[in-house]
Amino acid sequence: MKANETQTATVKVLYFARLREALGKGEEEIVLPEGVDTVGALAGFLRSRGGAWAAELGVGKAVRVAVNQDMAAPETRISGGEEIAFFPPVTGG
Amino acid sequence: MPVRVQHEDFDVGAEIAKLREGNPAIGAVASFVGIVRDLNEGDAVATLTLEHYPGMTEKSLEEIVAQARQRWDIYDALVVHRVGTLKPLDQIVLVVVTSAHRGESFEACEFLMDYLKTRAPFWKKEVTPEGARWVDARASDDAAADRWS
Repeated sequence: MKANETQTATVKVLYFARLREALGKGEEEIVLPEGVDTVGALAGFLRSRGGAWAAELGVGKAVRVAVNQDMAAPETRISGGEEIAFFPPVTGG
Repeated sequence: MPVRVQHEDFDVGAEIAKLREGNPAIGAVASFVGIVRDLNEGDAVATLTLEHYPGMTEKSLEEIVAQARQRWDIYDALVVHRVGTLKPLDQIVLVVVTSAHRGESFEACEFLMDYLKTRAPFWKKEVTPEGARWVDARASDDAAADRWS
């Protein structure tokens, strides 16, 4: 890669159930901002959008995250190319 | 295929017959069927809509079945879970386990349901006279699943 090229890392982000409705979308591509390299940092970036994003993903909200369809933790690393899903606690069965 | 997520209803008898077909070593079959009730949290339920995460839901169900196979001496296990809009009296979920003796089937069946309810990505939304609402996860379901760890 040439020095003057900027590397862009994108992730596919999915939202389910109550979150999908509250946020008004089920899926989006996000270019990872500088320094966003964990699930927790991505959640923080999404919260910075304000409004429903800040409310639904805020502290104390029960939100689960999966990276590439495996359950993840705030410290789970992301580097681009992942499928990251945000959803409420599950209620099947 | 021990795991299916589908819109269509299922026939419990046919599923059990298929699972034990041709295996004379099976001495026990335990099954569980979850059904839509007409009442939840004190409100009448008109419809129940189930959403899932295509890909991850199947994968997590397969992992739960694999865990049951490791923990108990069973022959086979089947999980069928419906998605889409259902109404009271409709079947939601089926778990079937076959084994030589009843103990393994009973336990593995209960384990599969407890883990499914707390780990597999499904979400329920119900319509009541008060309007539509997402069903909240229950602490009692987490407690039931924790028994196995």
